[in-house]
Amino acid sequence: MEFSEHIKTANVEDVVLRRPFYQPTKGTLCVTGHHLIFSNRGGDSARPFLLLLRNIDAIEKRPSVSSGTITLKCKDLCVLQLDIPGMEECLNIASSIESLSSLETVSEMYPFFYRPPFLSLQDQWGLSSTEQHYAQMKEIHDGWRVSQVNRDYSVSPSYPPAVIVPHSIDDETLVKAARFRQGGRFPVLCYYHRETGTVIMRSSQPLSGANRKRCREDELLLQAVIDGSELGYIIDTRSSQQAQQARMTGGGFESKSCYRGWKRLHRQLEKGKVLQESLIKLVEACGDQSHSVDRWLSKLENSKWLSHVQTALSTAGLVAECVERDGHSVLVHGSEGTDTSLLVSSLAQLILDPDSRTLAGFLGLLEREWVQAGHPFQQRCAHSAYSHVRLRHEAPVFVLLLDCVWQLARQFPLAMGFSEPLLLRLAKEVYASDYGTFLCNSDQERCVTGVKERTHCLFQSLLRANERQHYSNPLYERTELAIWPSIQPPSLQLWKGLFLQWTDDALHLVEAQKVIQNLVSQCHRPLNEKVENTDG
Amino acid sequence: MMEHIRTPKVENVRLIDRTVSRKATVGTLYLSATHTIFVENNPETRKETWVLHSLVASVERPPTTPSGSHLVIRTKNFQVLELLVPQERDATDIHASLARLSRPEKYSELYCLSINPTANKEEREESWSFLDLQADYRRMGVPNNLWVGTPANSEYRVCDTYPSELFVPKSATPPVIVGSSKFRSRGRFPVLTYFHQDTLASICRCSQPLSGFSARSQEDEQMMQAIMKANPGSEYIYVVDTRPKLNAMANRAAGKGYENEDHYTNIKLQFIGIENIHVMRNSQQKIIDIKTPSMGDFLWGLESSGWLKHIKAVLDAGVFIAKAVAEEGVSVVVHCSDGWDRTAQACSLASVLLDPYYRTMKGLMLLIERDWVSFGHKFSHRYNHLDGDPKEVSPVIDQFVECVWQLSEQFPCAFEFNERFLIQLRRHVYSCQYGNFLGNSQKERRDMRLRERTYSLWPQLWKDRAQYVNPLYRADHTQTQGMLRPNTTPYCFKMWKGMYNRLEKSAPPRHSPADLLTAVREETQQLEQELTNHQEVAPRGTAHSGTKQGIQTPKSKMKRPGRPAPSTGDGSVDSPPHDYRSTQRGPPDPAMTLPLGPPKGSDPDDLSSACSDIESGVIDLSSRSSSGGDDCKDPESDEAIYCPAWSGTRGPDTGRLPC
Repeated sequence: MEFSEHIKTANVEDVVLRRPFYQPTKGTLCVTGHHLIFSNRGGDSARPFLLLLRNIDAIEKRPSVSSGTITLKCKDLCVLQLDIPGMEECLNIASSIESLSSLETVSEMYPFFYRPPFLSLQDQWGLSSTEQHYAQMKEIHDGWRVSQVNRDYSVSPSYPPAVIVPHSIDDETLVKAARFRQGGRFPVLCYYHRETGTVIMRSSQPLSGANRKRCREDELLLQAVIDGSELGYIIDTRSSQQAQQARMTGGGFESKSCYRGWKRLHRQLEKGKVLQESLIKLVEACGDQSHSVDRWLSKLENSKWLSHVQTALSTAGLVAECVERDGHSVLVHGSEGTDTSLLVSSLAQLILDPDSRTLAGFLGLLEREWVQAGHPFQQRCAHSAYSHVRLRHEAPVFVLLLDCVWQLARQFPLAMGFSEPLLLRLAKEVYASDYGTFLCNSDQERCVTGVKERTHCLFQSLLRANERQHYSNPLYERTELAIWPSIQPPSLQLWKGLFLQWTDDALHLVEAQKVIQNLVSQCHRPLNEKVENTDG
Repeated sequence: MMEHIRTPKVENVRLIDRTVSRKATVGTLYLSATHTIFVENNPETRKETWVLHSLVASVERPPTTPSGSHLVIRTKNFQVLELLVPQERDATDIHASLARLSRPEKYSELYCLSINPTANKEEREESWSFLDLQADYRRMGVPNNLWVGTPANSEYRVCDTYPSELFVPKSATPPVIVGSSKFRSRGRFPVLTYFHQDTLASICRCSQPLSGFSARSQEDEQMMQAIMKANPGSEYIYVVDTRPKLNAMANRAAGKGYENEDHYTNIKLQFIGIENIHVMRNSQQKIIDIKTPSMGDFLWGLESSGWLKHIKAVLDAGVFIAKAVAEEGVSVVVHCSDGWDRTAQACSLASVLLDPYYRTMKGLMLLIERDWVSFGHKFSHRYNHLDGDPKEVSPVIDQFVECVWQLSEQFPCAFEFNERFLIQLRRHVYSCQYGNFLGNSQKERRDMRLRERTYSLWPQLWKDRAQYVNPLYRADHTQTQGMLRPNTTPYCFKMWKGMYNRLEKSAPPRHSPADLLTAVREETQQLEQELTNHQEVAPRGTAHSGTKQGIQTPKSKMKRPGRPAPSTGDGSVDSPPHDYRSTQRGPPDPAMTLPLGPPKGSDPDDLSSACSDIESGVIDLSSRSSSGGDDCKDPESDEAIYCPAWSGTRGPDTGRLPC
């Protein structure tokens, strides 16, 4: 298909662009297959302004007789305005943007065309595979093995080809256990805690249904996990009522009598529509220009976003506490096992595991627990907070994760190897990206559409030397200890860096970050120089 | 005071950790003339908890239980101390003693006057000359050919709540001054508080006019005219009435009110709408009472307390004045009712916004000394120094201090001091350990001869400035120069956790990047020093292994326990995880409270470090070396007594999960 079909007017002169932090500028607007390009006339050396069409969440046009105004509300929460001379041009541009920004075919998306000079398609796509990850963890080789049972994605379409399972469980048992779990997502290992030898696993809900069906193999699998110890915990991310109701539609939960030694705890985490609406309300509240504090606080409360942050961190804290303080293994699941389960398991790992708090470690965690584990990015992040499109599968689960990680990093400013700009970059990339990392809904889809061969990997790119510098935390000081977040309401704050990033307020904080960076480097540099001089 | 102490010492008292599963430590309770002191029996730690009597807000005695009598002490610092006393008779005695000791009836009972201060006359005198208000007026270019000093109020003849030295427009003659004073509530006529050299605009302050429905005063009108004329660049002045308009109108019925724009030529009247002291008192109480683990309830409580709304109103007033002066070049006359509460808030905030100097430690001290102390803010009434009318009490300066904090959150590089400095400042407003804030006016302080009988706080804060420095402060930074233009959109205001939730033990206060940077800096300086020493010893150094090692591992050195900001996980070693188990609607979270008081010698708040030279009555305890170990060096140890708070729902043997 040709993009040009959608482009009714490719170029308009004398367009005025208004965007945060900049004076309105006049220039030429150009629509291409994937971008809006705005360039300043008059030999201005400034680089043209480039906007990925995929980033546009909502478009509002106000045509008048001789000109028109288009307001673009982006998925990164930025709001831009274009004043376009000529009503027809205005309408043409608007309709081009509308159709191009909502193209759904994965292989037509920009990552398939993005070819930066500093990356090669020959590079490995992704940071690590399950096998490589397993190979690094020598301590689990006795009790755990890599299973290729899903190599052709037939056991679980949303799982990666290889997963880590208890050594004593053979593939045949896995296949049967998978039939008893929604989407075939049988329990797999995501974290092994060296000190206690206990693990965090995740899965989807068991399909016990209204008749309380059982599955011997599924029970065996879980039995093998806590073999030798007396207790394990199942953290169900639904309320017990929701879990009961799920039986009516074929889902369910692990009953006490069938899974001996496993105790079930319910912690209700919102997802789906509720979460998406929460984000929409929060963004709306942040854009409210009213000067009433009461109104702001009431809207903030009403959005419930911070409550979701609190619940997620508190549930992750609970999982981490079971593992590290009580020395019991944990299985996390909700219903599909592709949203809240991933949220909780990855936050728990950040709390417990210093390796996951380095820049590379964190990206590795995201790759394992979100990309490979089959979080349906394409469905969840199709639209953000401004879109008028009716909600289907959208839900900002990943943004909620990033917010929780930001809260952790704020409470432990030295413990994380990465900085806030990384979280902000990820929050932007997950909705619209030059890279293929967040395309598709599963590993299988990524293979089918050739994402791994024909796009570049964001994580690889973020680990290049100069990027790494930018996204590292200058205050980082590795700690081997668990970092237990405070979940008291006053300890949890609105993430201004994300939700208010287009206000002046955020600018001051960015400046402060720079000062910190300079301070740290200044404190160390002169000294090192002096030492060198002394030595010489 | 000693006569009020019925029982100086009670043994086998339990200090109940309200943050934990009601776990208690056994120890001995002492009552001194100035402090309640709890000393742990545990010979290993012998941890001491000190509570200054003047900081005690209330002592409650819940009904006696079989295990003994409870005493709950709440402090003006928002801390709570719960004691279990075995004998009911002892509890009654302590309760009665404390009730009396914490409510002094005479100034002479207050800490700074009840101890013997003549010990070092020179030092004391020097402490009072640490700040020079007149020098600050000179710094802003006053007196000059527009503003002159007036002797009108020497011996406080015209206004007994004003300072004796005042600046007025050059053209304001003594009859105008006296006439204007007669037309103003409590004689508080318009005088200069800040002069802006760049625009020649000024900020003046006064009280409300006695205008009623129709009264007018020629002299007062001339005074306002003179203020306008003292700013050659402008044709009018703003009169900022910081009250809600409705309140101002209601005052007219009592023969007071606001300026009639028909009578005064060239004034523009502006109402800001800061609520009165009673509203503020109730609002603060509500914010203190928010104790909920649920985010929804917390935000609802925050909203219904109205506190942040009031903070915003105060800041809005400051912003309006600062903008008028710096951007429009128009002079502003500020008043409320009496001109000593809201007016002090608005004027001092405007100064902070306008003049970078007031964002330094010394500058802020001077500002408080000028706009609050010298201009007769009623410290003893507002902060309940003596047992008095509870309706006079109100957190007026708390709000100013909080506004400065909110600004510092928005402009992290603009202030020389950190949050700790502000908290400490506020504490001393209440504590009466120094003479600065006693009484309600300059005249009262003079009559009490406080300069001869007490010490000044300022040099002490200055001496400890190392712990109050904001490492991000940059005098040359764009944020730091000129006027601050804060964003006052509601989302910019948040609850001051460091002030109101000092009790909650989470990592942030100890692990702030600022603290780390301070540590890095100190470390660097120290290493540089070592380096210099080595260079002196061996200029052509062979391998200075010691030095080099030190330099290669500056970070590891910072891990030394007791540093302000040790490695992040540090807190988690001794602090078990938070209570992730209780469901949100559980009982009020116990973690909101903390047993008072740090180990002796560790608390910057504490007497021993604050003014050890004039300490008395408690020597026997303070002389013992502090036993809290490394904690003692932690200036934040106030917050940092890491008790196993988060295991609240389960003891070691009940450590099973609820299912």
